[in-house]
Amino acid sequence: MDKVNTIQDTENEIVEEFGLFDSWDDKYEYIIDLGKRLPPLDDKYKVDENKVRGCQSTVWLHADYKDGYIYFSADSDAVIVKGLISMLIRVLTNHTPDEILNAKLEFIDKIGMTKHLAQTRSNGLLSMVKQMKNFALAYKLKMESNGN
Amino acid sequence: MATIEEVQPAINIASIRKQFPILERQVKGKPLVYLDNAATTQKPLAVIDALTSYYSGYNANIHRGIHTLAEEATAAFEATRDTVQKFINAAVREEIIFTRGTTEGINLVAATWGRQNVGKGDEVIISGMEHHSNIVPWQILCEEKGAILKVIPVNEAGELQMDVFHSLLNSKTKIVAIVHASNALGTINPVKEIVAAAHKVDAVVLVDGAQSTVHMDIDVQDMDCDFFALSAHKLYGPTGVGVLYGKKHILEAMPPYMGGGEMIKEVTFEKTTYNELPYKYEAGTPNIADVIAFKAAMDFMESIGKENIARHEQVLLNYATEELQKINGLKIIGRAMHKTGVISFVIDNIHPQDIGILLDNQGIAVRTGHHCTQPLMSRFCIPGTTRASFAVYSTIDEVDALVAGLHKVVKMLS
Repeated sequence: MDKVNTIQDTENEIVEEFGLFDSWDDKYEYIIDLGKRLPPLDDKYKVDENKVRGCQSTVWLHADYKDGYIYFSADSDAVIVKGLISMLIRVLTNHTPDEILNAKLEFIDKIGMTKHLAQTRSNGLLSMVKQMKNFALAYKLKMESNGN
Repeated sequence: MATIEEVQPAINIASIRKQFPILERQVKGKPLVYLDNAATTQKPLAVIDALTSYYSGYNANIHRGIHTLAEEATAAFEATRDTVQKFINAAVREEIIFTRGTTEGINLVAATWGRQNVGKGDEVIISGMEHHSNIVPWQILCEEKGAILKVIPVNEAGELQMDVFHSLLNSKTKIVAIVHASNALGTINPVKEIVAAAHKVDAVVLVDGAQSTVHMDIDVQDMDCDFFALSAHKLYGPTGVGVLYGKKHILEAMPPYMGGGEMIKEVTFEKTTYNELPYKYEAGTPNIADVIAFKAAMDFMESIGKENIARHEQVLLNYATEELQKINGLKIIGRAMHKTGVISFVIDNIHPQDIGILLDNQGIAVRTGHHCTQPLMSRFCIPGTTRASFAVYSTIDEVDALVAGLHKVVKMLS
């Protein structure tokens, strides 16, 4: 993960990568591959408070905070969802809470994901985004109260 | 399967499919293969036309109006009631109450008959394969009244453990609320036996017919159930309409459910007297258009013949069962002796959600998840299944498309 990359840079990269695929079969193959390669989440983080609501599958999302930056890790029992999280993590990890909170994440729309996935599942995707932003907000508030 | 034509010369699937405009559409660039019929069936032109002709020809509020449109609308609305009465063989038309769907029918019984007849320490029996809509209303009732909810367990094949059911019955049993055909497994339950046994201890029986009515002949008098609830949209009719059947003397003794227009005889601020059956339970302006169009759906089914429909679906079920089992790692959940055209399965190491997404990408619509039967999924220690469910317009080619689709899914995910 290149630290110089802004969130927008990574979003653009993903949009470009998806532009190379001719069909949704290929896009799904790619997402499945991303899902399979997502580093495993330590079992101790697979707890209820890390579960993302609104998904048909079980999704755990964990955030680590270090020196003002947030690092995400996650797991799911469904591989396509795992691939989607993998993309979200690639975009949002290793950034400050403010950067994460301000991220527009237009790449989800641009690669056609919102349109292609049925509403219920795309809601799951939005729940993941919401939870990642909640982590960022929580860390931001914590840093501010420590600063005072 | 060259034998299909020999097995069932009675119906012409190609001409039936022509009556369903939606079946011509494409999904994700491929011809739609609609195998989510247990969730809702598609609608034939006759139903769509009935809706249009009501709104464009004789839209009016029913029962109270004196003008021509109101009379026409009332006649059409009440004609549906007569058709339902014949469709499920109720003794009299007053026993047919229109609801929004099966869920409302069950809630109505729990909130009226239940509140009136279930008390502290009494017992309500449901089964381990109930839809959430036949669990939660009874939980609410039991919590309110201090009554006890008993559950008939489900065996490994997905059938009710009838010996346990019989042992659960006692003088405290007030009502047995049981699904006729499981939405998640397809299991057809022996409701007649359940009703007979429950009546011996003076318990009443509500049958959840949401999944069964489309697949088999329903005769509520022969079944002798006290209540029977169904949804129009699951039998080629419009959404937002259901039927609650209840035996007349039971419905008459029950308190009203919702108060409002239609359900009253006379209102003063001191006292209101209630209307006669079935209007007592039909407060407010009903879903006139959809009730009227529901008749077209039942006429459509009768024109083909319920037996012919059932036979066609059984052919598909048997063929699908045979073919799906050839897929590596695939396990069918629900191997009951008697099943509707529903086939639920899991595949080793593959989440149902992934199957659903990748099948959809091939234009194949199935249902994945817990099917609103979480306790049943827990029983089988699975998060959910993939479910294919058939209707009269489903074809062998569509089963083949599903099987080919699944082979592709397995390949993509392994």
